[in-house]
Amino acid sequence: MRQDTKMPTEAKEFAIGNASPAFGDLAHPGAAVSIRGLRHFYGSLETIEGFDMECPPHRVLGLVGPSGCGKTTLLETICGLQEPAAGNVEVGGALDPRGRLARCAFMPQRDMLLPWLSALDNSALALRNRGTGRKKARKEAGQLFERFGLAGFERALPAELSGGMRQRVAFLRTLVSGKPVLALDEPFASLDAITRSEMQAWLAGALATDPRTVLLVTHDVEEALYLSDEVAVLSARPLRVVDKMSAPTPRAPDRDAAVTDPSFVAVRERATTSLRGAAG
Amino acid sequence: MRRWLLPTLFLAGLIAVWQIAATTGVIADALNLEPYLVPSPSEVATSLWDSRSLLAENAWVTLQEMLFGLCIGLIVGVSFAVAMHLSSGVREATYPLLVISQTIPIVVIAPILVLWLGYGIWPKLVVVALICFFPVAVNTLDGLRSVDRETTKMMRTLDASRGQILWRVEAPGALPYFFSGARIAATIAPIGAVFGEWVGADSGLGHLILQDNAQLETARVFAATAVLSAIALSLFGLLALAERRIVTWR
Ligand SMILES: Nc1ncnc2c1ncn2[C@@H]1O[C@H](COP(=O)(O)OP(=O)(O)OP(=O)(O)O)[C@@H](O)[C@H]1O
Ligand SMILES: [Mg+2]
Repeated sequence: MRQDTKMPTEAKEFAIGNASPAFGDLAHPGAAVSIRGLRHFYGSLETIEGFDMECPPHRVLGLVGPSGCGKTTLLETICGLQEPAAGNVEVGGALDPRGRLARCAFMPQRDMLLPWLSALDNSALALRNRGTGRKKARKEAGQLFERFGLAGFERALPAELSGGMRQRVAFLRTLVSGKPVLALDEPFASLDAITRSEMQAWLAGALATDPRTVLLVTHDVEEALYLSDEVAVLSARPLRVVDKMSAPTPRAPDRDAAVTDPSFVAVRERATTSLRGAAG
Repeated sequence: MRRWLLPTLFLAGLIAVWQIAATTGVIADALNLEPYLVPSPSEVATSLWDSRSLLAENAWVTLQEMLFGLCIGLIVGVSFAVAMHLSSGVREATYPLLVISQTIPIVVIAPILVLWLGYGIWPKLVVVALICFFPVAVNTLDGLRSVDRETTKMMRTLDASRGQILWRVEAPGALPYFFSGARIAATIAPIGAVFGEWVGADSGLGHLILQDNAQLETARVFAATAVLSAIALSLFGLLALAERRIVTWR
């Protein structure tokens, strides 16, 4: 069952004020990610040994794998920050690293907010990099603060924000780039369990209003299955896909009900077993 | 409060001990010297007051040498750091030369500079700049390179050019490093100025110290040195203040 047309309740909240920015509403064209026979090495260290994956436009692909298996390397290679040793990586029709870089926005494992810029200026970085004036960039990014539950914190420095808020600013910064593909590297790993499940529901809502192709790396099976349309379980290094599964109710409006549903629990058990096998 | 109180008390204590040692003649006896060669702090203070216009005149000359020399040193240091950061070729080619430039004693360079540049302010500026640029260049380069590679990657996917990464990420990240280099530079600037004056000058605190030493005006040597330290201390303080104003996120 697809949920694409239903808007989660969260999403309605996020849409208040109808502050629709110039980028990233439902009209966003979207880009597919397609990977064939990808291999990657750091010197003689083999990190990725053959990886094949398809992610259609506006879908979320979850990638779960044990620690140190090469998830970050995989995302960086897809984004065009690293070159594969073999294989094809195609993002929205582009095969070259520059073309991929132009279509992907990378949200690193740690939030990497610039400590000398306010939350607003951090979130507007991509606009400023493209030559938008400071005032205009602030106005454009600022329109999203309310929807992201950050209203009133525009001028706060990162050091003055809570972990959850920092993560939201980091995500906002990624989204404001207007790129069709978002590569999220363990976006909620640093948060406590409660904040984390809140943030998952929040991200589900944000993606419903602003659909993008998302590559979501996590080592949390439940997070992957709740947020993604499809989940790939990855092996320990060198990385390959050991199992693939479709999520039963991607980004369902009621997260708590969704993750305790028997169909969800069954898939989660299967994924956990595969992951355990993969970790060895 | 405590920040000022402790060093002030400590300094006052030292001066008091010195006063007692000098007036009772302990130091002069121990070193087998004439007592007037070991001035007490009160004699230095008297000399400071009596020669105030002479000291001020010469201090003004030395202050200019230190200030402009330091500014040139900061500009050159930062330029070297940025060039070495942007190009590994430049870095490999110039880093050894920078180190070598610091191993040549100032006493050797200063006379040559006077030969080339004359008796005016220029040789002093060059000497001050030459010793000041090094800590600035080395520290700033470290700062520019201290940026997390993940931040650079994030910026690249946000369409940042090399120049934008330098300006938005690396330069602010390097600021605290730059300031620690600049503070070191401020404390060694007087060394450059005094050496520059010793080789050839007709004014300046270094020139005055040399003359007074020859004429056994020991009290005024100490007075001039105190003024020199005060100038360096003020430069240091100004830089610390600027850092606190600019680097507000730490
Ligand atoms: N720049 C590098 N040079 C050499 N080896 C590296 C480099 N970056 C990562 N590695 C190694 O490659 C392997 C995969 O690293 P990667 O960071 O992609 O794993 P990960 O799955 O993201 O790990 P984690 O779960 O800790 O985030 C690790 O063994 C790591 O030590
Ligand atoms: Mg990682």
